[in-house]
Amino acid sequence: MATYQEFIQQNEDRDGVRFSWNLWPSSRLEATRLVVPVSCLFTPLKERPDLPPVQYEPVLCSRANCKAVLNPLCQVDFRAKIWACNFCFQRNPFPPSYAGISEVNQPAELMPQFSTIEYIVQRGPTPPLIFLYVVDTCLEEEDLQALKESLQMSLSLLPPNALVGLITFGRMVQVHELSCEGIAKSYVFRGTKDLSSKQIQEMLGLTKAAASGQQGVFVFITRFLQPVHRVDMNLTDLLGELQRDPWPVPQGKRPLRSTGVALSVAVGLLEGTFPNTGARVMLFIGGPPTQGPGMVVGDELKTPIRSWHDIQKDNARHLKKATKYYEAMANRSAVNGHCIDIYACALDQTGLLEMKCLSNLTGGHIVMGDSFNTSLFKQTFQRVFSKDYNGDFRMAFGGVLEVKTSREVKVCGTIGPLSFTGIHHNAQWKVCGINPSTTLALYFEVVNQHNAPVPQGGRGVIQFVTQYQHSNTQRRIRVTTIARNWADAQSQIQHIESSFDQEASAVLMARLGVFRAESEEGPDVLRWLDRQLIRLCQKFGQFNKDDPTSFKLSESLSLYPQFMFHLRRSPFLQVFNNSPDESSYYRHHFVRQDLTQSLIMIQPILYSYSFHGPPEPVLLDSSSILPDRILLMDTFFQLVIYHGETIAQWRKAGYQEMAEYENFKQLLLAPLDDAQEILQTRFPMPRYIDTEHGGSQARFLLSKVNPSQTHNNLYAWGQVLRGAPILTDDVSLQVFMDHLKKLAVSSSA
Amino acid sequence: GLLLVKIEKMLPATRHSLAEFSLLTLLFYIFTLFLYFLFCPVLHNLLDKLLNVKQASDMPAVQKSRHRIDPDAIPSPIQVIEDDRAKCTEPFNTGVRGQVPPLVTTNFQAKDQGNASPRFVRCTAYNVPCTADMAKQSQVPLAAVIKPLATLPPDETPPYLVDHGEAGPVRCNRCKAYMCPYMQFIEGGRRFQCGFCSCVTEVPPHYFQHLDHTGKRVDCYDRPELSLGSYEFVATVDYCKNNKIPQPPAFIFLIDVSYNAVKSGMVNIVCQELKTLLDYLPRENPEMDSVVRVGFVTYNKVLHFYNVKASLAQPQMLVVSDVSDMFVPLLDGFLVNVNESRLVIESLLDQIPEMFADTRETETVFGPVIQAGLEALKAADCSGKLFVFHTSLPIAEAPGKLKNREDKKLVGTDKEKSLFQPQVGFYNTLAKECVAQGCCVDLFLFPNQYVDVATLGVVPVSTGGSIYKYTYFQAQSDTERFLNDLRRDIQKLVGFDAVMRVRTSTGIRATDFFGSFFMSNTTDVELAGLDCDKAITVEFKHDDKLSEETGALMQCAVLYTSCSGQRRLRVHNMAVNCCSQLADLYRNCETDTIINFFSKYAFRGLLNNPTKAVRDTLINQCAQILACYRKNCASPSSAGQLILPECMKLLPVYLNCVLKSDVLMPGADVSLDDRAYLRQLISGMDVTESHIFFYPRLLPLTKLESGSLPMAVRDSEERLSKGGVYLLETGLHLFLWVGASVQQELLLNIFGTQSFSQIDPSLTSLPVLDNPFSQRLRDIIESFRAQRSRYMKLMVVKQEDKAELIFRHFLVEDKSVSGGASYVDFLCHMHKEIRQLLS
Repeated sequence: MATYQEFIQQNEDRDGVRFSWNLWPSSRLEATRLVVPVSCLFTPLKERPDLPPVQYEPVLCSRANCKAVLNPLCQVDFRAKIWACNFCFQRNPFPPSYAGISEVNQPAELMPQFSTIEYIVQRGPTPPLIFLYVVDTCLEEEDLQALKESLQMSLSLLPPNALVGLITFGRMVQVHELSCEGIAKSYVFRGTKDLSSKQIQEMLGLTKAAASGQQGVFVFITRFLQPVHRVDMNLTDLLGELQRDPWPVPQGKRPLRSTGVALSVAVGLLEGTFPNTGARVMLFIGGPPTQGPGMVVGDELKTPIRSWHDIQKDNARHLKKATKYYEAMANRSAVNGHCIDIYACALDQTGLLEMKCLSNLTGGHIVMGDSFNTSLFKQTFQRVFSKDYNGDFRMAFGGVLEVKTSREVKVCGTIGPLSFTGIHHNAQWKVCGINPSTTLALYFEVVNQHNAPVPQGGRGVIQFVTQYQHSNTQRRIRVTTIARNWADAQSQIQHIESSFDQEASAVLMARLGVFRAESEEGPDVLRWLDRQLIRLCQKFGQFNKDDPTSFKLSESLSLYPQFMFHLRRSPFLQVFNNSPDESSYYRHHFVRQDLTQSLIMIQPILYSYSFHGPPEPVLLDSSSILPDRILLMDTFFQLVIYHGETIAQWRKAGYQEMAEYENFKQLLLAPLDDAQEILQTRFPMPRYIDTEHGGSQARFLLSKVNPSQTHNNLYAWGQVLRGAPILTDDVSLQVFMDHLKKLAVSSSA
Repeated sequence: GLLLVKIEKMLPATRHSLAEFSLLTLLFYIFTLFLYFLFCPVLHNLLDKLLNVKQASDMPAVQKSRHRIDPDAIPSPIQVIEDDRAKCTEPFNTGVRGQVPPLVTTNFQAKDQGNASPRFVRCTAYNVPCTADMAKQSQVPLAAVIKPLATLPPDETPPYLVDHGEAGPVRCNRCKAYMCPYMQFIEGGRRFQCGFCSCVTEVPPHYFQHLDHTGKRVDCYDRPELSLGSYEFVATVDYCKNNKIPQPPAFIFLIDVSYNAVKSGMVNIVCQELKTLLDYLPRENPEMDSVVRVGFVTYNKVLHFYNVKASLAQPQMLVVSDVSDMFVPLLDGFLVNVNESRLVIESLLDQIPEMFADTRETETVFGPVIQAGLEALKAADCSGKLFVFHTSLPIAEAPGKLKNREDKKLVGTDKEKSLFQPQVGFYNTLAKECVAQGCCVDLFLFPNQYVDVATLGVVPVSTGGSIYKYTYFQAQSDTERFLNDLRRDIQKLVGFDAVMRVRTSTGIRATDFFGSFFMSNTTDVELAGLDCDKAITVEFKHDDKLSEETGALMQCAVLYTSCSGQRRLRVHNMAVNCCSQLADLYRNCETDTIINFFSKYAFRGLLNNPTKAVRDTLINQCAQILACYRKNCASPSSAGQLILPECMKLLPVYLNCVLKSDVLMPGADVSLDDRAYLRQLISGMDVTESHIFFYPRLLPLTKLESGSLPMAVRDSEERLSKGGVYLLETGLHLFLWVGASVQQELLLNIFGTQSFSQIDPSLTSLPVLDNPFSQRLRDIIESFRAQRSRYMKLMVVKQEDKAELIFRHFLVEDKSVSGGASYVDFLCHMHKEIRQLLS
């Protein structure tokens, strides 16, 4: 039998699923005693170049409240042409088109390697993709120019038949008509007035057309949303002529920015014209909303935008109202299957804290940068339109995820860029914007009672049904069916322990922590996280009571406490030194990335480059910081190249220029090349930092490494130290572990 | 009874004795009896019934009996006009206090010698009673019609501009009257005593000047403010809103582009015309370009603003559909300099008719349109004028939405007044906001049905704007009139954001004001815009005794922003005599001005009183005026004699014209909109305009000499000869009446046709024929048009044609179809009223 490592890897590769436990405890009570819930990370549209979609539609269980899809785990009676649903045990006849099946002639969905399969729905019209640009014009000239160029560039990246629209805003909101010849027309809305969707549609003249049905749709197309290929030139000119918001901004004031109304108009426009069609609202902002509904801060510069301190003191005037406003908007958008991206580029905060739900609930992107005139923004934005091995955009729309479970388990929640649409016999969520890396965390509950054990050899089955609109406008359904064995927690606790996926579990627990952090005070979350960790160690650790030195964890759990240690220090749970916007931004990305990226975020990766050997990963520890090393740290959001003291001196002296020090030049280049590789693939583009010993930017590295050597313990052991001491009062991993052991073995805990 | 009409005439030589002579001693016993019957209030209704039932048989009888009075024997307006003309040979000097100026119908030159020219100020009486009791007894209204920015003929000097430097105009410390010829310098010129309130004020050092032996300042004749009745001060920053020098004003054109507007051709005409007209925006220095900026909006149910910034290749349209909460969607590029943005503007004006050529939108808004203009001016922080071209009742869902409330059944009832009141309060509030910003609104209406002028007109009237109405507008026949009106309206001299204050000497006080303006307190007349055609009538009342020595002084100061953006003060001073004898009052008054006052007073009264009550009040007051004269001034004579003062001998005929105007006595075919329109129109008229409006000019055209006009004839059918051609001018219309048996020579000369039947009654202009007669006639028509503020469309009326009915309406001495009395009948009625008062 393959190891669990291999099993887990195989499952992830094939189905995009990683469970916290790969053997499931057979009763609710036992499940709760495992501390880490039965849960999984699921990547619905995981790229599978080896999986061509089938050109027919799935066969569904005929029971009205089941509708599970035929899968390899179903029992099939080839002679009677009947299959039994493995969720509700309904016996279903095959449809007539399956008349020819037999043991040797099986449809793909019955083959074990097709536990994940993708169907193409051929029925119905395939509406075009829609891209609606919502552009802030209260920008500095240079920023606006850069943004205009990026937008013009993006036109060439869009699929030619996609519909495109443009809304600009400043003090007013302008919806541009793209069809007209001669005079450029736009509809203008006051930036301070909250309008209902109906009012917006009336004001845009959309109601009359709606009555005339199909023809009406065409009318919309010709006015505000136009096929790219038709208005390419027109729109390029329009963007070119785009001016900064002309209303004067008095000294000591912020420009009046009507982001709230602009979004409301965008959402209303799409709602009225293309409900339930894939659409992407792309919001570009250079500052916080300063007027109207959804306002985050007033226009007086003397009142700064809310900080964590203000929020904790309940001193953020607009926070609740604005959040509520954007949440309502996000929900409306989600209902219609439209996703909202936020591209916020400003030195100060832009209100992401309030607006984050727009992207979080609809599966849109959030990109945060200092200026639109940076490669960070430009390349990130370009990467939104990246294509896969088939030449299709790496984006999908209007995803609906349904999770069917066998009767012993129930879904109790998900964390990810989605919105809940209610339980209709089965759990169902909308993921309006979805891409191959979008990863959801699903949490299950074992509902089997303690005194009704699962029959030996029984398996729990879960089926994920993801319906979505592919970027080539096809409607597709991807079905993943997985099964895991039940185990009796009392007799098979070792088996269960060895089925533990500590990486997945760390991420899943981290997501729970982040989720809690959104609504709870920071220290409470940390306490909760600590308690969970201690309980897990008590459950699975081997120790003698009250003897910390005897404490041992098995291999399958050995790394878990370290993940928790770094998680506690991460910006996802710590708000110190981060603005509310930054926290929102980090959390936004954390709850949607796949396992590998998530782990990098929790525990950044540190590579070392030196003359002593080939590049190697080193401990994320202050002891790794040595004068003759170059370090490359990847925190997902930042790429830091740190030149040790000696290296930095050499570089300053210019040795790399000299032919005889070619090897030094190579050494300097090596981390750059590696960084380049990461930069090429990562979305959003990480911030690239090149620093050296003593450089101010070195703080990025110093704040991440485990402070094993600080000014407090510098001379404690009287030994010659390698590495760099960190000036901090933070506890180091060693201290953390000591405490953990002490608490885990304590009989009073 | 015996009716004797007697006119009292003042002879200059015998100022205190009266020379009486009777003009008429006719006996018509039966007729008087009939009249008594006719006007007896108790039997009035009965008579109406009788008339209705037996009209056919009764009418000839009335006509017959009327012939018993010789119309030539009753006072003739034409005679009075001609006499005044003949009398006026020298320029009129304003220096003599209490002197009645020539009539408005007389051509004269005015010389400012210390009082404002009659072109700026005309008074009802130039001798004011010393006491309130006297004034009350006489019932003669004390009022002045002021036209502050009147255009002067080329031979008269416009008011000089005076600059008193940084400290601003020198003023009385207490009443704040401006330096004027009535200020008495004392103490060697170190102080001056105010002629209005008698307060003594220090002369500021920079203004000091020595006095000569008569006590006059040495520089008296070098300074307009010390020697003239009218002049202007340069206002300092203290006189500006928010203490900020004003921005140059802006003109915003708001064009209705709904179905009707496009179909009637209006949109096309306006857009075409604006292209050239924009070069004629008002300017003070003809050499310079106008500094007035322009902006454009089109609208139907929604508003379209245009960005016409010079740097754009094409104009941009910004649609605002949120009409419930109007705002201006752009700042930069909406109001532009014509020269800089010429290409973009022309491109826009070319494209507007095209863009809306296929519109199906019939509904319009109105309130938001004005709000839009107002907001634009607010955003640009300037005053200005909105030109609104509008077609229909605004029924689309928006603030200021109206419903059709035209109900002919209410006419004649006590509820009639409600039809003149605005339908909703919205426009009053809006008008107030407009005035605060200095936003004047000119409204051009092109209605095909009821549009509720009474309500739509609220903002134009309150902001000193004008209303033009082109009912059933047709491009073919109405373009000329519309374009001429538009051209004049755009080009004419206009001031903005004006405040007018009338100060008077102690003892008398301005109490009431009539015209197109807004008042938020009892003293300041606020005018968002004030153009050269607008007159304001001010009524004065006593609050104390006046003295004969000092007379009564009046100073009208108008603070305004000129079309070049300069803040100025125009000051008109007027001194009149005070009298302790009623005879002096009657001898020095002006009937045309009294009629101007009465018409405005009555037309405003319509808002709050039943029409009949308004008419009765007018008749009653006039009867009292004349009765007072009879009682106190006329020498004793028989009770049957009607005695009229010389200066007021036309009061009955003119009053009758007011009473039978469409506003007070509408015919069946007069729409409510027409009445509301006229009502508002008259509120801004000066004496010249009101005179010709109520008593049109009727010229016989049989013989035309170059240089002089033929003598007019009285407005009566009796004066028309079947063989003649007549030109009738009302100030709003021109009619060319052609008699049925017109001389062929005339036909040939005027129309180039042989026979009467070949005349095309739909002509709106005369054919250009190469003969002196045609040339002269067309010249006359042109000169008439040039005199009026509105273009008069020419109508050719053939005798006994259908159109003659309209024409006859203006023969105001005759009995009118709608029931208005003839001159003779009304005179008899007045006589009866006077007799009743005397007995």
